[in-house]
Amino acid sequence: MLAFALRRGLTLALTAWLASVVVFAALELIPGDPALMMLGVNAQPDTLAALRAQMGLDVPPLERYLRWAGGLLRGDLGTSLTYARPVADLVAERLVVTLPLALLSLVMSTAAAIPLGLLAAARRGRGGDWAVLGFAQIGVALPSFWIAILLILVFSVGLGWFPAGGFPGWEAGVWPALRALILPALALAIPEAAILARVTRTALLDTLGEDHIRTARAKGVGRAAVLLGHALPNALLPVATVLGLQLSFLVAGAVVVENVFTLPGLGRLLYQAIGQRDVIVVQGVVLLLAVVVVLVNALVDIACAAADPRPRALS
Amino acid sequence: MTRRDPVSAVPVAVWAGAALVGLLLAVALLSLVWTPYPAEQVRVVARLRPPSAAHWLGTDHFGRDVASMLMVGARNSLAVAAAAVGLGLGLGVPLGLAAAALGRWGDELVARLGDLVFAFPAVLSAILLTAALGAGAVNVVVALGLFNAAVLARVTRGAALAVWRREFVRAALALGRGPLSVTLVHVLPNTLGVVVVQTTVLFAVAIVNEAALSYLGLGIQPPSPSWGKMLGDAQTHLFNAPLQAVFPGLAIALSVLGLTLLGDGLRDWLDPRHRSSGLL
Repeated sequence: MLAFALRRGLTLALTAWLASVVVFAALELIPGDPALMMLGVNAQPDTLAALRAQMGLDVPPLERYLRWAGGLLRGDLGTSLTYARPVADLVAERLVVTLPLALLSLVMSTAAAIPLGLLAAARRGRGGDWAVLGFAQIGVALPSFWIAILLILVFSVGLGWFPAGGFPGWEAGVWPALRALILPALALAIPEAAILARVTRTALLDTLGEDHIRTARAKGVGRAAVLLGHALPNALLPVATVLGLQLSFLVAGAVVVENVFTLPGLGRLLYQAIGQRDVIVVQGVVLLLAVVVVLVNALVDIACAAADPRPRALS
Repeated sequence: MTRRDPVSAVPVAVWAGAALVGLLLAVALLSLVWTPYPAEQVRVVARLRPPSAAHWLGTDHFGRDVASMLMVGARNSLAVAAAAVGLGLGLGVPLGLAAAALGRWGDELVARLGDLVFAFPAVLSAILLTAALGAGAVNVVVALGLFNAAVLARVTRGAALAVWRREFVRAALALGRGPLSVTLVHVLPNTLGVVVVQTTVLFAVAIVNEAALSYLGLGIQPPSPSWGKMLGDAQTHLFNAPLQAVFPGLAIALSVLGLTLLGDGLRDWLDPRHRSSGLL
């Protein structure tokens, strides 16, 4: 187990390093002088020189990368050119929106998907199964940002139950803040729940075909007890793996959905940084999101390997 | 009585998916020769009109005909998705085949490439590229194409490795055929099924991602219509023209539904193992 975790940790470190190279290299592609592009053609030469020095454009790319990567290792994501503040501070401020949003959508999607998957597996080939599969097929096809707009249309414009956008901050109280996150989280959770419900159904049906389930049934264990007590715990491993893989889609969805609801989260920060050509913020936020995706997937792999040694033995 | 497993209802899924995809293609092709109105024609006096005989789906905030914009949007969306998937196929399939033929080092390369690409969701890599090179359809194609290439390389490699283990491939090698010849004559044709299925899925993903990026203003640029941009514009008029937010989203959802139905149906049709069995 320790060897597997170490190997996975090494892969994680390698991928994170490659991701840092990709992010750095992508922004090296900017044609012309990025400092000139930010300040405009009327910029004073001394201002331009100061900005070039701040951006590290006066040193060769390799040295610039090493300085940047060294800073990353110390938790320094650089200083925003627009806000004149450390990117790490900006990220910390925005995380109080993005993190609860992501967690809320994960809770919503899992809370809906597992009962739906159970229902479909228990009622295989009957109405309930068809309904869940129909929901799964349609839910996957709905882009989260369109769901977001429809939710605003119904629950904000139509019924007035939730705000159509904005975030009052946690200092305004837990309920007002949570109220602003419910519709965005639901928009992210619906496609997620569709995928997870289908995975749960398939994993349950695969588990139900195994010998220990036949034995339990032969010994007289009831259908519900077999499903909940024997099949579901075994089916949760593939569900957890897919949940980890879905995180990258959740991150991408959050970038767009935060903009639909004008939530001051990481996605909104990234979007605004592109408009402001603030490459240091873009670099920092994109790399952070990429590392989070890689890290969570590695942790899910290790947790799954700890719970079920079979794939580890095969690898 | 034996109940039919819905997942094994392959022909229905394939036909339903093919019908939706066929409709999308037909609308996109028709827009090349005919639209009810020129899609970019602005008529401010006729802005935000509800659906009527003159404007089947109404008009937007510039008085442009929504049905015409949706038709041209279908063409733009398909063009970007086709280019992104084409780029993915052109890079990913040869890479996957080479990885399977070369063995350990090739395998390692594709595995690490996959890890790296999966760290960057397609929308995130498109945002990164847009930050560097500016907004526009070409940059979206490049970003989505590179993502597709990594996915297809991984899928092709997996399928190709399975073919390399089969008897007829060993027989061909024993008869003196070289790795390149075996790859082209035996391995490639036997991996095409998996690649086709994955291509339909990636096509659907590309349509959604293009729409998301255009919604953010980073994809197809005005005045050329795009479904994502139409949704973005409609959001500012939700109170007085709510239907404007429905039609473009419905177009995206039906296109994606068609492609995923087609992909799922083809997968089940080509590989019966996906028709799961159970006890309850």
